[in-house]
Amino acid sequence: MSEIDVRAAAEPLDSIGLKAVAGAAAAALVLAAPFLASEYWINAIIVPFLILSLAGLGLNLLTGYAGQISLGAGAFMMVGAYATFSLQLRVPDLPLPLALVVAGIVAGAVGLAFGIPSTRIKGFYLIVSTLAAQFFFEWLFLKFPWFYNGNSSATISLSRGLSFFGLDLNHPHGRYYLTLGIVTLLTLLSFNLVRSQTGRNWMAIRDMDTAAAVIGVPIVRAKLQAFAVSSFILGIAGALWAFAYLGSASVQSFGLTRSYQILFIIIIGGLGTIRGAYLGAAFVSLLPLALDWLFQYVFSGRVDAGLLQNIQKAIFGILIVWFLIKEPEGLSRLLGLRRANGGRRSLFPSSLKEN
Amino acid sequence: MSMFVETLIGGLLAGTMYSLVAIGFVLIYKASGVFNYAQGSLLLFAALTFVTLTDQGVPAFGAVALTIALLVATAIAIEKLLLRPLTNRSPMTLFMATLGLSYVVEGAAQGIMGSQVRALNLGIDDLPIFLGDIMISQFDLIAAGVALALVVVLSLLFNRTRIGIQLRGVADDTRAALSLGIDINRIWQIVWTVAGLVGLVAGLLWGARQGVQFSLSLVVLKALPVLIIGGFTSIAGAIVGGLIVGAGESLAETYVGPFLGGGITSWFAYALALVFLFIRPAGLFGERQIERV
Repeated sequence: MSEIDVRAAAEPLDSIGLKAVAGAAAAALVLAAPFLASEYWINAIIVPFLILSLAGLGLNLLTGYAGQISLGAGAFMMVGAYATFSLQLRVPDLPLPLALVVAGIVAGAVGLAFGIPSTRIKGFYLIVSTLAAQFFFEWLFLKFPWFYNGNSSATISLSRGLSFFGLDLNHPHGRYYLTLGIVTLLTLLSFNLVRSQTGRNWMAIRDMDTAAAVIGVPIVRAKLQAFAVSSFILGIAGALWAFAYLGSASVQSFGLTRSYQILFIIIIGGLGTIRGAYLGAAFVSLLPLALDWLFQYVFSGRVDAGLLQNIQKAIFGILIVWFLIKEPEGLSRLLGLRRANGGRRSLFPSSLKEN
Repeated sequence: MSMFVETLIGGLLAGTMYSLVAIGFVLIYKASGVFNYAQGSLLLFAALTFVTLTDQGVPAFGAVALTIALLVATAIAIEKLLLRPLTNRSPMTLFMATLGLSYVVEGAAQGIMGSQVRALNLGIDDLPIFLGDIMISQFDLIAAGVALALVVVLSLLFNRTRIGIQLRGVADDTRAALSLGIDINRIWQIVWTVAGLVGLVAGLLWGARQGVQFSLSLVVLKALPVLIIGGFTSIAGAIVGGLIVGAGESLAETYVGPFLGGGITSWFAYALALVFLFIRPAGLFGERQIERV
């Protein structure tokens, strides 16, 4: 046996070992994060980052994997948050984790209902359906006091706080671990889902729906599945956003701006990748901070908040356009995390025009 | 009965405003197949520029001229920096790019010119006119007249001028138009400029009504159902769609709203559009059968 063969055989072992070590180190870092970072970082940056990643993941399943564009991510988050609130208020016996699951199922059912038009129409005609969801739920949850229990400020918050089967989670560490646990679980679930028959059906529809139909992919069922699963995850993300991050939320917490934010996360991070949602969410969470610091440094606080907000908005817009032009696969590809599979995938090929 | 007629007329007149915004969309959609989400921000940008200039003491005529010059420059910049690099990409990508563009335009416009509400006085008194016992707003009537005049001008432009014919050629068959030597980039610049001008007119009328402010750009969200109902490719459709949405909204708010707690205008147009999508997906005046699976 030659030397080369030995090295070739040994190398994968090494890289597996290396990966395991790196993975363990990353896991340890993530678990120990609350003890390394300040309370401000956990409350104001890390927890919202994780929740936004989860929301991005949910939307990515629908838009990035199944190719159905949605501008209603905020609406499904809203449904999840309000459902959790209602369940905790009216079914006090239901523990929080189960309430979250049920709220996710409610959001999934709502998503399914608003996904029905997708079985007949596609492309930006579908935007109408998801925008309808956005406006309808903003109206619904504000108009009927039953949804926010007649509270004078029309906000929702959990009167009993967060708990996990008796374990009190009403402190930054508790909120962090709750969020982390749910996000990890749902990420693993999505990871397996997109590699299963269901996920492959979605991608087939995204890449060319006619061909998918010809080879026997059940188009209607797969599309509705995508809407349901995506809304399920978005619903849970919404509940976490309301109660693990904000504490008390209102309809405005899930407005159209939130829907756009989630869409931007997956465009910037990378459509049709799991890690894209994380990269995009990290970018969206950190960019405002970076700009804040930059402006503090350059202008030492002489720029007022309103102007800063507008500058941020313009920079975001420029980045969106830049990513769409230069790197349609987002940060995920830019960072070389994606296996080189030759040639760029074009986004939404099945909606390409004929001429 | 007179209340019904009053509501209907009020709704129809408000609908002409929706039509105005929707026309800007149709122009761009026909020429470049782009669903231009940034139309609302362009409208805000145009109105804000005009108000800022007149606040600085520039006479109205000069302010209009300067605003138009700025709109032309914006259209050229958009064509060069956004449309050209994205040639041959899917309509969805282009849509998302215009979403990004709307952020740029809004951020820049409000960053430079301020984001507070600005009063705009066009010198039109908002006096009610009585026809028998039916009350009509004079302002709405004038706005509707302006919208009508604009439509006449646009249809003359498209049917009688060389540029208009080129534009229709591009809309009909881009490749054939290119092979005949039509400069498609220039056509895009012209179309975006015209859409900007339509936005200016719409922005001034809306702005005089509710003040020039950020919410003006949200009118884009009202135009989408209008387009679904009227069809993406037809100016006549945009007008009829606008009227249907305007009248439908105001009738629904008056007669159905009370049973639902009111405030249903925010989503009524979308519900209507969804119904249309199921019954007649190409819209009332749409040319192309929309894609189905």
